[in-house]
Amino acid sequence: MAIVQSEQRDAYRRVQYEPSVSAALAGKTVKSLTRFGSRYGVLIAFLILWQIASRLGWLSPAVFPPLDAILTALWNGLAGGGLLDDIAISLQRAGIAFSAAVLVGIPLGLFMGQVKAVERSLDPILQLFRQTSALALYPVFILLLGLGEASKVFVIFWATLFPTLLATIGGVKQADPKLIEMARVYGASRLSIFRRVVLPGAVPSIFVGLRLSATTALLLLIAAEMIGANSGVGFQVMNAQYNFQIPLMFAAILLLAILGLGANYMLERLQGRLCRWNQLNR
Amino acid sequence: MTQTHVTSRGEVSIRDLSKSFSLNGRALKVLRNIDLDVASGQCIAIVGASGSGKTTLLRILAGLEAADSGDVLIDGAPIHGVGAERAVIFQEPRLLPWLTVMENVVFPLEIRKIAGDDSIKCAHRYLRLVGLTDFADAYPAQLSGGMAQRVGIARALAVQPELLLLDEPLGALDAMTKMTMQEELARIWAEEHVTMVLVTHDLEEAIYLADKVVILPRQKGSAIRTVEVDLPRPRDRSNPGFVSLRQSLLAEFGLH
Ligand SMILES: Nc1ncnc2c1ncn2[C@@H]1O[C@H](COP(=O)(O)OP(=O)(O)OP(=O)(O)O)[C@@H](O)[C@H]1O
Ligand SMILES: [Mg+2]
Repeated sequence: MAIVQSEQRDAYRRVQYEPSVSAALAGKTVKSLTRFGSRYGVLIAFLILWQIASRLGWLSPAVFPPLDAILTALWNGLAGGGLLDDIAISLQRAGIAFSAAVLVGIPLGLFMGQVKAVERSLDPILQLFRQTSALALYPVFILLLGLGEASKVFVIFWATLFPTLLATIGGVKQADPKLIEMARVYGASRLSIFRRVVLPGAVPSIFVGLRLSATTALLLLIAAEMIGANSGVGFQVMNAQYNFQIPLMFAAILLLAILGLGANYMLERLQGRLCRWNQLNR
Repeated sequence: MTQTHVTSRGEVSIRDLSKSFSLNGRALKVLRNIDLDVASGQCIAIVGASGSGKTTLLRILAGLEAADSGDVLIDGAPIHGVGAERAVIFQEPRLLPWLTVMENVVFPLEIRKIAGDDSIKCAHRYLRLVGLTDFADAYPAQLSGGMAQRVGIARALAVQPELLLLDEPLGALDAMTKMTMQEELARIWAEEHVTMVLVTHDLEEAIYLADKVVILPRQKGSAIRTVEVDLPRPRDRSNPGFVSLRQSLLAEFGLH
């Protein structure tokens, strides 16, 4: 009965819309515009307000320069190549640390999640490490590794490791025992159960960890560059402020935001590709 | 895969089977000295009060649980754990959510290393049997409960088991879907010549599908009772014989 009703409704809709194709098209455009507006409207309003407020002097332009000045500073920095070098070195630091964290965190997490005894005995020390702020350990890393690149990369790696590691352990541990039992009935070995049931089920959770790790990597990158560096986007923020180049400072901040958005976007795309099934459940 | 229907396949005999669990340090006798025979190609239904050990018996047959004592023989050979000649349909569909319907049905065939082409062909055949050809590329999240359960049935049939074990396979479905699925199970059973052991708490379902109904006793220690269902197939729920058998089974449970 429900089917019949919905079919009738559909037929009704078709009759309503078919008379004018152009009207339907216009309706579509309006609809996508509204969607764009409801998604980005507030952001655009915020940017416009910033520009106006700064230009009209409602905000002190010395502290909040107008957007066009910030964009000009950004363009000059990029065109002159100075900011490009900073981006390159920052990406290198965060990239190496993040990659290392993924390469260590996922395999270790898969192992720890599978083997209860290992997880049980390692969990307390993991919790201790996790709760100890990586920045508090930075001086220790500097003592051990010197003031160069190694200590910076290591402090980022350290902080970045835990979200991925813990999310991976969690993902493996919450594998559905009913699905595992189903696989067992069909004669699956321990290895195929892991490969075909546990691992795919853990992927969404691993991605949550990866995205958290990416955010953490950028956070620690900036902190490490502000504390003890003479290059990098994070250093530029401090340096520009120190030299009172406020538009450049905001340009560097904007760059960091773009880096974060970019990393998140790429992970989101990858996640969408690998876990299409998981989005269906929402 | 060739399909030969030798008559002595999927024959089950259970001899003097006992099983207890330890619950809070005390031994809980669940099954006591069970004897049961299922002929090849027969369908038997196991009914009994909640907690009477139906699922436990089925899990032992599946090889998911070990008995404390006694023997389970399939085609004359004692079982050791799970086996390729058996498949289980659980109360829930237990589909892998990251695989499409087709991939789910192929999954056990891949586990058993059956070549790709053969397995796809086989999966197609059973998807057709349960009427889900159009949904081969859908994900489990896009299916209704009844459809998902049908995929689970197709998956179990695709491995062409000699013995199909079903634990309240239709328990989670609404009354209408359930009746349709009972008809489908009856048809599949007739077409596939598979031995079926069906756990259910639905007496009508038991009579509709089974050649004999086995009643697990409520009091541990008393013997199991077996009732032959001597009605023509396909069964008719309004047939007087059907109705009176249902009444007498209800009476077994003290219900009228
Ligand atoms: N793994 C276990 N550990 C301890 N006790 C168990 C275990 N599995 C089952 N039992 C106990 O065995 C008894 C029988 O359980 P079983 O699941 O076989 O009942 P059932 O007949 O299938 O009941 P229902 O109709 O409710 O599904 C119950 O009392 C239950 O508590
Ligand atoms: Mg049960």
